[in-house]
Amino acid sequence: MKVLVAVKRVIDYNVKVRVKADNSDVDLANVKMALNPFCEIAIEEAVRMKESGVADEVVVVSIGGKQCEEQIRTALALGADRGVRVDCEEQMDPLTIAKLLAKVAEKEQPGLIILGKQAIDSDNNQTGQMLAALLDMPQGTFASEVKLADGKVNVTREIDGGLQTVALNLPAVVTTDLRLNEPRYASLPNIMKAKRKPLDILSTDELGVTVKSALTLLKVETPPQRQAGIKVGSVDELIDKLKNEAKVV
Amino acid sequence: MRILVIAEHDNNELKPVTLTTLAAAQQIGGDIDLLVAGHNCQAVSDAAAKAAGVSNVITADAPVYEHQLAENVTKLILALPGNYSHILAPATTSGKNLLPRVAALLDVNQISDITGVESADTFTRPIYAGNAIATVQSSDPVKVITVRGTAFDAVAAEGGSATQETFGEVCDAGLSSFVGEELAKSDRPELTAASVVVSGGRGMGNGENFDLLYALADKLGAAVGASRAAVDAGFVPNDMQVGQTGKMVAPELYIAVGISGAIQHLAGMKDSKVIVAINKDEEAPIFQVADYGLVADLFDVVPEMSGKL
Repeated sequence: MKVLVAVKRVIDYNVKVRVKADNSDVDLANVKMALNPFCEIAIEEAVRMKESGVADEVVVVSIGGKQCEEQIRTALALGADRGVRVDCEEQMDPLTIAKLLAKVAEKEQPGLIILGKQAIDSDNNQTGQMLAALLDMPQGTFASEVKLADGKVNVTREIDGGLQTVALNLPAVVTTDLRLNEPRYASLPNIMKAKRKPLDILSTDELGVTVKSALTLLKVETPPQRQAGIKVGSVDELIDKLKNEAKVV
Repeated sequence: MRILVIAEHDNNELKPVTLTTLAAAQQIGGDIDLLVAGHNCQAVSDAAAKAAGVSNVITADAPVYEHQLAENVTKLILALPGNYSHILAPATTSGKNLLPRVAALLDVNQISDITGVESADTFTRPIYAGNAIATVQSSDPVKVITVRGTAFDAVAAEGGSATQETFGEVCDAGLSSFVGEELAKSDRPELTAASVVVSGGRGMGNGENFDLLYALADKLGAAVGASRAAVDAGFVPNDMQVGQTGKMVAPELYIAVGISGAIQHLAGMKDSKVIVAINKDEEAPIFQVADYGLVADLFDVVPEMSGKL
């Protein structure tokens, strides 16, 4: 079975983003970029499937400019077999991304598609669900366990009330939550090997998808900042403040 | 304009987050249909018909909707005859699972996790873990939106008198089935609806030590949450996680115990009215957002606090 993993290049999760002075967007100039953490978990899951013999090939796809090849190479160093980059310099909305990924999936015919549940930049949490819809596949979102058996995949999902397990026909789309696995680190020899793994480039025209969006970003602002309050010296003082000053207990 | 709101429920009761989603729908303006998709869920529909601002409750009652499988409920929503200008659901795990699937099949984008309604086509939403607020305008014919519950004041649960109808067509996509679930059982208030939340982090050391927080929570009528670090370490289950990728809370009082305050955690709780931080590391970033900080060993002060409240 072939597993397709879609990944995104995003701001490093340790970096606190700043809004541009003209409020047009956030400022990503000279900011450290990385693989979206949920995408790392997606790659790890696919690679483990290959290692355990249930998958025979892991293909990683990303959509973006030349720079996102860095993240594809990272995925290849973590164990993916080959990469695909859909070349596009513009920012795209999740629906367009899902349409492009659907076209890639139609070419690749994977048995399973794994994505992160959300990217930590736009925090949309949409692409996997949209991709599943466009391909008329079932979806196992926010997965904390993925088990393949008898032509189906059982996905345990992290839901608000606890955990839910669903059985999905294959092919299916799975999106990863934090507890699915702990991603490995790429070793130096694997980083070197990754440089020689195949990486194909496709254009949006080749895939027959028009890049446009009905969404307009009007402005981006810094949210109201909380000010640090005071330090109290004892539990008694804290309880007194909560009762008499804040009046919340 | 006609707005469809998807009810959040467990086949027995209507969840309060539905009422905050209705508040967002009211701000958009128009007739509001509320969809209750479930099985043996008439009690939910009856409660929904009393909620303020709802014009009509549509009940779709069939075994295939019992567990809110996105594949089936999407098919159902697309089969509804209403010509909707907006489709809204709470930004809960069920809303987040469902609505992007609906949006894609309508060939429109989804606007996720809105915190404000500027007009019928313009909304605000947090991005980058809440470190920036985007104002987004949509020219899509149908606006598909998930709503952050903590950002809106709930409509009244009583006082409305909506009409009720049933939608009998059974939509089974035949792609997925429910296997089982493990739901947390607790007598404490629900995390996202509680007026007081006590949360523990890595500093708790292990799961047993969370008993200290449960004792404090019971004194305060509070819900108990956790940071990602505490969930990843296996101290407590995932449904307790507060943060960018977990639950968003905005209680009257949030008490962070042994939590350092990573930006991802702050994203989930910084809209709380009053924040208390208890941490023995006085450099912990959590103190930068706390109204009241207590630099102390939590194992001393948490039991002391429970005793004195």
